[in-house]
Amino acid sequence: MHLFSMFLKFQHHLYCLCLPQIRVKPDHTGVVTDGVKHSMNPFCEIAVEEAVKLKEKKLVKEVVAVSCGPQQVQETIRTALAMGADRGIHVEVSGKDYETLGPLQVSKILAALAKKEQADLIILGKQVADFRDSGTFASEVNIEADKLKVVREVDGGLETIKIKLPAVVTADLRLNTPRYATLPNIMKAKKKKIANVKPADLGVDVSSRLEVLKVDEPPQRQAGVKVETVNDLVGKLKEAGTI
Amino acid sequence: TDKVQFNWRDALDLEGQLTEEEIMIRDSFRTYCQEKLMPRILMANRNEHFHREILNEMGELGVLGPTIQGYGCAGTSYVAYGLIAREVERVDSGYRSVMSVQSSLVMHPINAYGTEAQKQKYLPKLARGEILGCFGLTEPNHGSDPGGMETKAKYNPSSRTYTVSGAKTWITNSPYADICVVWAKCEDGRGRGFILERGMNGLSTPKIEGKFSLRASENLLPHVSGLAGPFGCLNNARYGIAWGALGAAEFCFHAARQYTLDRIQFGVPLARNQLIQKKMADMLTEITIGLQSCLQLGRLIDQKKYTPEMISMLKRNSCGKALDIARQARDMLGGNGIADEYHIIRHVLNLEAVNTYEGTHDIHALILGRAITGLQSFTVGK
Repeated sequence: MHLFSMFLKFQHHLYCLCLPQIRVKPDHTGVVTDGVKHSMNPFCEIAVEEAVKLKEKKLVKEVVAVSCGPQQVQETIRTALAMGADRGIHVEVSGKDYETLGPLQVSKILAALAKKEQADLIILGKQVADFRDSGTFASEVNIEADKLKVVREVDGGLETIKIKLPAVVTADLRLNTPRYATLPNIMKAKKKKIANVKPADLGVDVSSRLEVLKVDEPPQRQAGVKVETVNDLVGKLKEAGTI
Repeated sequence: TDKVQFNWRDALDLEGQLTEEEIMIRDSFRTYCQEKLMPRILMANRNEHFHREILNEMGELGVLGPTIQGYGCAGTSYVAYGLIAREVERVDSGYRSVMSVQSSLVMHPINAYGTEAQKQKYLPKLARGEILGCFGLTEPNHGSDPGGMETKAKYNPSSRTYTVSGAKTWITNSPYADICVVWAKCEDGRGRGFILERGMNGLSTPKIEGKFSLRASENLLPHVSGLAGPFGCLNNARYGIAWGALGAAEFCFHAARQYTLDRIQFGVPLARNQLIQKKMADMLTEITIGLQSCLQLGRLIDQKKYTPEMISMLKRNSCGKALDIARQARDMLGGNGIADEYHIIRHVLNLEAVNTYEGTHDIHALILGRAITGLQSFTVGK
């Protein structure tokens, strides 16, 4: 898994996590990472955008982008910097460790980093998190006094909650529309710093407790069937036992 | 072990030759072009509608006059400028022309030949796309020989103004332009550039042709005279076109590839046939080689080690090859190839203009011929 995080600092920090596009290796032992462009996934882009917007509204003092992975993840950190993050942290995890990096290790890394950086707010792409006391599936985020007001998309509709800081928020699709990185900002990003950190420096052991036995692609989608009339449709649905 | 795979999308690994910054610029702008420009172009082209707001959008992204330092411009490399041109022309040559005119033919002369006051007055607004400019060099009777231009600039000592009179034609952007950089011959026989503003007495810019007669004062570009001025601008634009034309060619190649993979005739995809594959092999080769040459040229320009003949060579090559590729691609789509929904026919028509303007294919051949032999063949005389 390639993981990407964002820190926001009001006086606080924010994190965001992202996952890339992946393909299964021919020998079914894992996924292909060679030549795979480590680009930010859409949920992470949204998380970064929200972070930068909060900073533009002057509700946030500093935005820090964090990524866990091999050398290539620096590209995604740069993209976050080009969108407006102030600095980056690259938690270097490569080779076998990277292949077996799981949610448990990542959350340990983020927790340790959050403590070290004194992060107050963590924004993640929604695919990854399963946190308590968090504003998950956020479609709107606001800061009121020293609390975070989050509108969440839940099955029944929208739920508005207020949570104390430090807090974790996961970004859903409707939170915002990420900006295109402008040329001047891309060029400014060159000068922004990306710090290098090892999991060991954070006191985190990334050795895996899991052994990957086999990795398979999901089954190929079968072609559908076209029907001529509504009656045919009803007939087919009955045949399939769905009605 | 890492076995190198052939990548038909980037056969000689252009990607590996770009800096991280150049890649980011290209990726960000490519996303904008595909998400925001591609959906508009079909109808814009069909209905001849000019989306003026595109200039503001591009301005926001910082892609106008990108190589200029200061004045609200990004100050990137010429390679980045080329990559930008390629991405916008992948969508449409018309959009790229608008960008080229603004950047190379309006912002560049003001930056290179203008006074500090002129730069402060115009460049930031041009960079943001707040104002749109056009470039008036070509005349009804003088296309390939701008030296013979008939537009005159007469100096009036009493009022310390110039009166510019004449007619220009084929001026991209002119009906919508807020300012025009117009080239006119002064009484000493040398051409000079003038910044004219919409609203000036006597300036009219009807569609297709731009005609004008007027008085201008603080509008002379003082730091250049003769043909060096317009040619300096044209070379700047031609460089962008060399990259851009290949972007259009890439679109046509990719589109034709997908179409022939999808289209089944006689029980097999068209792409199964030898004639089709041969055409794609030719396209792949020309585009790949062309891009390599453009990259090298961009690097030479950034190192200030270029000459105009290098730019002529690549403008000519990219445009000629791109037109050929577009025509071949059109043919591969059969009847569907003439429908604008498939986009290729639009590129075919556009590239006719691109091959012609900024120096025709043949004219660039003469520029090179003179450089090769030392003998000019532009005129009949010695």
